[in-house]
Amino acid sequence: MMRLLQLNAWTAGLAALLVLLLLATKLIQPDFGGSGLDSLARSALPFALATVGMAVVVIAGGIDLSVAAMMAVASVTAAVLMDGASDGQAVFAVIAVLLVGLAMGTLNGALIVVTRVPDIVVTLAMLFVWQGVALLILNAPGGGAAPWLRALAVGGVTIPGLPPALTDWLPRGVVFLAVVVALVWLPVRRSKLGLMLYAIGSDPQAAFRSGVPVGLVRVAAYALCGLFAALGGLTVTMATGIGEPIPGPYLLASVAAVVLGGVVLGGGRGTILGPILAVFILRIVRLDLTLLSVDPNVAAIVEGLIMVAVVMFGAVLATRGRKA
Amino acid sequence: MTPAPASPAALLDARGVAKRFGAVVALRDASLLVAPGQIVALMGANGAGKSTFVKILTGVLRPDAGHVRIRGQDSTVASPAGARRSGLVPVYQEPSLIPDLSVADNLRLGDTPVDRFRHWVAELGLPDLRQDAMIRALPLASLRILDLARALAVEPDVLLLDEMTAALPTDLVDRVLATVRAQADAGRSVIYISHRFTEIAAICDRATVLRDGLTVGDVAIEPGIEEAIVEMMLGSATTAVATTRAVRPGFTGRPRLSVRGLATGTRLTNVSLDLRQGEVLGVVALEGQGQDELFEVLAGNRRATAGTVEVDGRPVTFAHPADAISAGLTLVPGDRAHALLMQRSVRENIALPLVSRLATWGVIPARDENRRVSAAIERLQIDTRAQGEVRRLSGGNQQKVTIARWIAKGVQTLLLFDPTRGIDIRTKRQIYALVRDLADQGAAVLFYTSELAEVRLACDRAIVIFNGRVVDVIDAAEADEQRLMRAAYGLTEKTGVPA
Repeated sequence: MMRLLQLNAWTAGLAALLVLLLLATKLIQPDFGGSGLDSLARSALPFALATVGMAVVVIAGGIDLSVAAMMAVASVTAAVLMDGASDGQAVFAVIAVLLVGLAMGTLNGALIVVTRVPDIVVTLAMLFVWQGVALLILNAPGGGAAPWLRALAVGGVTIPGLPPALTDWLPRGVVFLAVVVALVWLPVRRSKLGLMLYAIGSDPQAAFRSGVPVGLVRVAAYALCGLFAALGGLTVTMATGIGEPIPGPYLLASVAAVVLGGVVLGGGRGTILGPILAVFILRIVRLDLTLLSVDPNVAAIVEGLIMVAVVMFGAVLATRGRKA
Repeated sequence: MTPAPASPAALLDARGVAKRFGAVVALRDASLLVAPGQIVALMGANGAGKSTFVKILTGVLRPDAGHVRIRGQDSTVASPAGARRSGLVPVYQEPSLIPDLSVADNLRLGDTPVDRFRHWVAELGLPDLRQDAMIRALPLASLRILDLARALAVEPDVLLLDEMTAALPTDLVDRVLATVRAQADAGRSVIYISHRFTEIAAICDRATVLRDGLTVGDVAIEPGIEEAIVEMMLGSATTAVATTRAVRPGFTGRPRLSVRGLATGTRLTNVSLDLRQGEVLGVVALEGQGQDELFEVLAGNRRATAGTVEVDGRPVTFAHPADAISAGLTLVPGDRAHALLMQRSVRENIALPLVSRLATWGVIPARDENRRVSAAIERLQIDTRAQGEVRRLSGGNQQKVTIARWIAKGVQTLLLFDPTRGIDIRTKRQIYALVRDLADQGAAVLFYTSELAEVRLACDRAIVIFNGRVVDVIDAAEADEQRLMRAAYGLTEKTGVPA
């Protein structure tokens, strides 16, 4: 147990910080409750999915600068396909969007592996490509979203047979996130592919010598990132009801959350849960600063300083731990 | 020299293997035959093509010509995974376990049978290894054992061990040797690469010798054979010493640099040396005998765990390269890319170390800088047509720049780490002359070289390091390649093949 706690000390610390921040929010705004949590979850959802995608790639020793642009492509694809479509057709639209995401990610990864151009250059180039593609599909915000899909992420959880008061504080957005991550990431993590992702991030040479098909696994990492980006783009459309062709501020935010979440930028180390917690922490900090009516420009400075402080604190702890 | 009969039923049969990298021919015609139940030593001096051959055998590189067959099946494979499927499992010189995964996860990654792995780990002397231990937390010696146990657990037809024992303490070495011998007695084959003749004598049946990319010999191991092997590794080079320097009388007086019992890491265990003003002291060692660590400690890149360093009689400890530089010790690293600002001009590169000395209140006096830099360029005959960026210079000229910058500064003690590797003969001569001039002007030079012939051309004396210790001190006059090679392989100690 102690060992498990030690290994996941960073994640546990983030969880504790999240609880403290929620309590602080309640102090600042005594009537903060179900609806507050709901809007928090809804605004955090695209950030969280972008971050999960980024985290997978970073764990595998890479980086994907095109994550926000891929989300835009997914968002407009979903909105165009679902515009005026029946509920049944919308299911196919969702599947199509996820396939588009996988395809975009696979293309990113294949370009990196085949051309041997550094990942940061390839995905920077693809950022512009996917931006253009998104605007070609839909040159202004528009389209539609199936009502049932929107209902998946908006509002509190209600379970038939239980009094609503018992469950409706829990935002559906959080449940959606948990289910999606559990369905996609857990099987990967527990399979050999999961090990291989960590292996190529940790030491590509040793991984190659251990018989890992390094190139294929790298492509898989980017494909997974594309899939999560597509889910993220889908949630943008779910939250607003329309497609948004201009990428949101998800790229830098996802890198920030990945770092804050304890994933080492060099690859090989970190979890998926840590970055997700970090997304919520960063969102709540922003919310609290707004509630305290801090100048938004000052708020950005404070957010940056918090990140530096937390990461430095972590580095100090890690050095201590190594010496002990 | 007894030619061993080529077994018709060779388990591994590599013939006519050739490989070139651009204009550099690494392998011309390398062959290796391994019969079932045999341990074959693969030997060769630095640059003979050994590591390229190993990479081809294990599927990391593809040969330009020739073939590798295992049990008669063509196994010119595209990846280590492919080599493993064909029955050849390598244990590389560097640990190939994933640092951020646990032992158990590493086994899963390579589909290693866990029970057999456990058996071998215990057999090799690490019974209480935790399966959930993270690889990065384990000492190097344990990693080597895990690598070997992982390979044995696959039950390979051919096991390739590359410098398996280099980082191991003696008790583990004995266990490893016994285990490897038992493997061969059970009918498996082993390709054994080592610089240690004792180990080769103890377990190997035959030795295949590479020189300049060619297989030049295949002999049975028997008492006294090491002389023949050394000769094969050297070839005709022994007689090809062009110009022997006139050796100067012995040096007296207080040493500029005095090292006693220096140790760090697993490789450098006990090195002592005295370097006097005006002296060029050669350092001779095979790969990985502790010479890298010795130079790192002296340059302040690494701390010693034991021993003392004195400069002009004063004990010093270097926490940082700047400390070593201010004590007058300057390193010219083996990898030129580490020493130079490749994108900047020759002029800037030479002036860089000067800055700390010339700058008064942050302003660099341009005239003084120009004078010194121009003098250095002229002295070295650096081709100034390519003055723009250093990376456009040839390797030889780059190396001259790395030395020139310290001449411009006025060096006291120069640490040269294999300064002539990969450089044409004309530039080499210029570098020897330059080193000589520096010494004549009162500098002390420590000169590690991977080319044995250079000791007579550039040095006054040489120390030979084997297994982290100084095993021989030789005057340049007596430093023929035969003697140096014997010493470098630890043969001057009583470690030869027992008669």
